[in-house]
Amino acid sequence: MSALTTVASLVYLISAVCYVIGVHLMRSPKTARRGNGLSAVGMFLAVIMIVITIIAEGKITGTGWVVLILGLALGVWYGVARARKVPMTDVPQLVSLFNAVGGGAAAVIGIFDYAVKAGGTHLSVAFSLPVLLDVIIGGITFSGSLIATGKLSGHVPGKPITFPGARLVNVLVVIAILVAAWLMIGLPTNVWFMVLGLIASLVFGLLMTLPIGGADMPVVVSLLNAFTGLAVAFAGFVIDNQVLIIAGALVGAAGTILTLQMADAMNRSVANILAGGFGTGDSNSSSAADETPVNVKETSADDIGLQLAYANNVMIVPGYGLAAAQAQHEVAELAKLLTDNGINVNYAIHPVAGRMPGHMNVLLADVNVPYDQMKQMEEANSMFENTDVSLVIGANDVTNPLARESGNAISGMPILDVDKSKSVVVIKRSMSTGYAGVQNPLFSMDNTQMFFSDAKKGLADIIASTKEYINQ
Amino acid sequence: MSQELYTNLAIFVMSLLVGFEVMSKIPSTLQTPMMSGANAIHGVVVVGAFVIAAEANSWIFYVLAFLGAFFAAVNVAGGYTVTDRMLGMFNRPKKSASKEDENK
Repeated sequence: MSALTTVASLVYLISAVCYVIGVHLMRSPKTARRGNGLSAVGMFLAVIMIVITIIAEGKITGTGWVVLILGLALGVWYGVARARKVPMTDVPQLVSLFNAVGGGAAAVIGIFDYAVKAGGTHLSVAFSLPVLLDVIIGGITFSGSLIATGKLSGHVPGKPITFPGARLVNVLVVIAILVAAWLMIGLPTNVWFMVLGLIASLVFGLLMTLPIGGADMPVVVSLLNAFTGLAVAFAGFVIDNQVLIIAGALVGAAGTILTLQMADAMNRSVANILAGGFGTGDSNSSSAADETPVNVKETSADDIGLQLAYANNVMIVPGYGLAAAQAQHEVAELAKLLTDNGINVNYAIHPVAGRMPGHMNVLLADVNVPYDQMKQMEEANSMFENTDVSLVIGANDVTNPLARESGNAISGMPILDVDKSKSVVVIKRSMSTGYAGVQNPLFSMDNTQMFFSDAKKGLADIIASTKEYINQ
Repeated sequence: MSQELYTNLAIFVMSLLVGFEVMSKIPSTLQTPMMSGANAIHGVVVVGAFVIAAEANSWIFYVLAFLGAFFAAVNVAGGYTVTDRMLGMFNRPKKSASKEDENK
């Protein structure tokens, strides 16, 4: 080892330690921000070291510098601008976009190194296998995450997209990937082998993500995030750089665990999400709703305002509908109005409320809801018996008492025991079932009233009527 | 198997194990920021973008190097910024929070 490579290796090691400790610190809310900061310090060290290394080696051309600096400057500008401006409701699609470009960058490194060595030379498997894995996994995450971004932001329809013969096309694409793999490993280098693998993997990413429903998308984003980690690790094998291998493998493993935890919290298996009808719950649900008429009591904003104004303890149960309608400002305004008048308000937050696990906490924190008012599931469940009014906003499956019984799609899923409170008000746009496609008996219970409205508009009406009763 | 490949493979496997270990039992509150934080860490691919830019010597390779640098920079810079913004919301002191309300 020359002096420079020794120093570089040690700096990369320190940087890798920063990532591991950083992730460790991110497990607790108190130290999470410091953890992310430490990980950023590690990243900064790695970048400084590579700058010193390429200057010292002196191989880079003038054009190389221009291209590099221009690419980095544009990338930093674009990434930081998007990250600063994004409303908190749109974070999931932004993370997915950042993940897509990360996978793209990893694929580019594999493409570059293979193309440099292309032209008939015979490569060892030790080189061609990591290149292959890098390009294919990177390609899949690039196109797959872009589709996920589109679905989450509404540019691509959120409902599962399928077409006749999709399975056959899938099989053909997998065969194309395998053929490209065999060509790249077995034969002397030829750029076209890699182009075949790249195109097939891009198509595979599209086909994998298009048929998945919008509600499952967070799990898919997390899975693709783990994929990108692996692609980056293989890019590390390709250019023989250990910090890429360590950080990539760390994210690959961590992302896998996170994906399993998310799927668990949604009472779904990753295999189901990827393989089964890919979340066809949407279409089943409307027909199920038509067939089973249920007796529900409808109520008005005026009546809800009255109930709230004379309650002592109010529990707000926010769900996907609230996040989708971006009604977090209204909910915080209503809660503030109530607390200012001596009414005790808390939020019951189910682990998968919002658009991804923990997203609801982020949304509420963004509108200055005090952290101690956000009750996690166990704590909230101990409070429902003393709750006068539970205000369920755009949540469905996470409140469904059927989960306590066996033999249905949501059996065993942990739920919020909303039905135990004295009165339940559900704000929902229609009677349609939730994501699981199961009827919710909560809606037809004696102490439940339904208010059919968009969360944002409904809450604005409720705020207005509550003000009237409070000021009386 | 070459010594170099074996070393890299061992590092890869050990890092996977560390990743599994360090990630168990995350409170659900932190899962979204954690995903975003992990997303920022794989932005380390930016180091690879430097490596290929140093080797580029014809227009097609310059294009690839530019794409690599741009993609990786978006990932790493955006990833850390958005994660920090999210986590900053959790520890906001109550006093400053109410001040912000008044300003609105």
